[in-house]
Amino acid sequence: MSRAEAIGKPSPLWTFGLLRSELITTFRRWRTLALLGVLAAVPILVGIAVKIETGDGSSMGGGGPQGGGGGPAFISQITNNGLFLVFTALAATLPFFLPMAIGVIAGDAIAGEANAGTLRYLLVAPAGRTRLLLTKYATTMAFCLVATLVVAVSALTVGALLFPLGDLTTISGTRISFAEGLGRALLIALVVAVSLIGVAALGLFVSTLTNSGIAAMATTVGLLITVQILDQIPQLHAIHPYFFSHYWLSFADLMREPVYWDDLVKNLGVQALYAAVFGSAAWARFMAKDITA
Amino acid sequence: MAPYASDDSTTAGDGDDLRAARRRKAARYVVPVTVVGVAAATIGLVPAIADSGDPDLPEITAQQLIEKIAQSDVQQLSGTFKITTDLGLPDLGGLESSLTSGAMGSGDGSSADPTAKLTELASGTHTLRVAADGPDRQKLSLLENAAEYSLIHNGKDIWGYDSKSNEVFHGTAEEARGEKGKGRTEEVPATPKDLTEEALKAVDDTTSVTVDGTAQVAGRDAYRLLIKPKQSGTTVGAITVAVDAKTGMPLKFTLTPSSGGAAVIDAGFTQVDFAKPAASTFDFTPPKGAKVTEEGELDGAASEHGAARSEDELRKEFEKEFGGPKSEGERGKAPEGGPEVIGEGWNSVAVFDTGGEGVPSGAEVGGDMGGFLDSLGDKVTGKFGSGTVFKTRLINALITDDGKVYVGAVDKAALVKAAESAK
Repeated sequence: MSRAEAIGKPSPLWTFGLLRSELITTFRRWRTLALLGVLAAVPILVGIAVKIETGDGSSMGGGGPQGGGGGPAFISQITNNGLFLVFTALAATLPFFLPMAIGVIAGDAIAGEANAGTLRYLLVAPAGRTRLLLTKYATTMAFCLVATLVVAVSALTVGALLFPLGDLTTISGTRISFAEGLGRALLIALVVAVSLIGVAALGLFVSTLTNSGIAAMATTVGLLITVQILDQIPQLHAIHPYFFSHYWLSFADLMREPVYWDDLVKNLGVQALYAAVFGSAAWARFMAKDITA
Repeated sequence: MAPYASDDSTTAGDGDDLRAARRRKAARYVVPVTVVGVAAATIGLVPAIADSGDPDLPEITAQQLIEKIAQSDVQQLSGTFKITTDLGLPDLGGLESSLTSGAMGSGDGSSADPTAKLTELASGTHTLRVAADGPDRQKLSLLENAAEYSLIHNGKDIWGYDSKSNEVFHGTAEEARGEKGKGRTEEVPATPKDLTEEALKAVDDTTSVTVDGTAQVAGRDAYRLLIKPKQSGTTVGAITVAVDAKTGMPLKFTLTPSSGGAAVIDAGFTQVDFAKPAASTFDFTPPKGAKVTEEGELDGAASEHGAARSEDELRKEFEKEFGGPKSEGERGKAPEGGPEVIGEGWNSVAVFDTGGEGVPSGAEVGGDMGGFLDSLGDKVTGKFGSGTVFKTRLINALITDDGKVYVGAVDKAALVKAAESAK
């Protein structure tokens, strides 16, 4: 590609090239691989723990009327069907592990480059700041999807190895075939990935505010924890629906028969709102930012 | 935009350029601010716009509307139902678990037992799903966080499935008729139709019933039936029932207290469909590995524990509220002696004689429940002796020190009067 062409009007292919190089850089980092490794380990731990607990044939949490109430969602159904390990693993990682990993990647996106002194070289390339920011956001969202799928696939593998598979009972008590169950599991994984869009946008915005990658990651993860805590305070219930994490566990509604869409739709709306607000704020900040490093 | 544009402008040093650059910087933040503004406006305005106003329906008298309800014969429906109860009690969420664990002992009970579950409805907001196909097949599901409690009646089987603990409760319809008071509906009237029927039983010369315009409920046109007590002294302000104009099925039930404020009970469909639900809705086989409790096994578990009785009292409050005591729901756990009713209409006060044993006072019951009872208490004295008044926003109860209990949807003065007239 000649320089004149690129300056005149960058072709869409060029954007793809930038995205591809970003993806490769991100997923080749040891840090990213370690994060994915931790995420893959969660379902293995849950699966083995449940297997040991129920190894003598007793059912999970059979010790009293509220006995099965503890632990992540769906945990008591894992022994019926290994597929439920996918839902349990996603329910266990969604409140903290997954968004923390996203926070690290998103927080690092701009601030990390600035910190390493590579941001100005990226901007020398005739891609433009808007395009670079979009590429960074697309990379973060690709990581959301990959991270969720890593958890789901790891859980499915462990579930298939340790527990029986077959027709499964939805939480409404009706039965669906294993194929439909797999379909729902995939849909749930997608919904979980989409649930992380809000954190990704927030992290990207924080990342444009500072030149320190560590500060951006810590701020994003700190905000995540703060919001999770505020979401538990009943006196604040009036603002709860506007927290990005409030409807996260609504993915479980996909396991009802018929599916209860109200909260799922609200979740998607909240994520879109966060993406729009913090995405545009990140853009406004980044366009005007002095690149000193 | 060139990568170094902003650097260039800041190093130019010219005052005008600097100010222009600042303006440009600030101008960009208009975008996120606009997004926030548009979002806020959308959240604020869309419900107002969507609320297209009350539907235009032909005039109808209260009598015709009540007949419409009586003739209503909806056999098949499925829908989502929201019930908000605000009796002015502290949140029963945590208390409920202490009640059930106290009542059931350790491990004897099942979290899938319907009576334990439905007590939860006494406080807070709950989303339920109902489906019905004729008299033999019904399903009621209580939607919880990432879990669901389903009560399924299919032919002669009654299944309760608690997905949170993966426990199953199984009973048969014949047994249920005799012992459980024909299933859930008589114990806790939960659908608008049940609630309305209960309310209409109380209609006589003490009550005014009018048609109060129309409303839109769950996307359907409905008439609003307004039921108001003519007497004073009752805590019931008004009852509004929205009745579907086509089928005559009550869709929404609201009970407001005479003291004003939010509705004590607000129960209505948020979505309803009168088509036949899929047959698979009512099929249930216990999942592999689930703990199944048969109905008979639970009878032994119903102890004479203080907390168990308190749970029963809660249920009784519900029954009291909607007209006459229905003792088949009490299942021998109730205090000795049937209730005697003082007064009429809305001011009816039921009297229970607990046989001198007294009510579980805070100290007796102990724990959470004890603190809860004490916090509600209010000491009174009168010609009848002395006692404690327990108040909620709807039901008040006077418990005298000699073990008599006066319960009614009336204010404190009326309770004391009833107690004095009984002496």
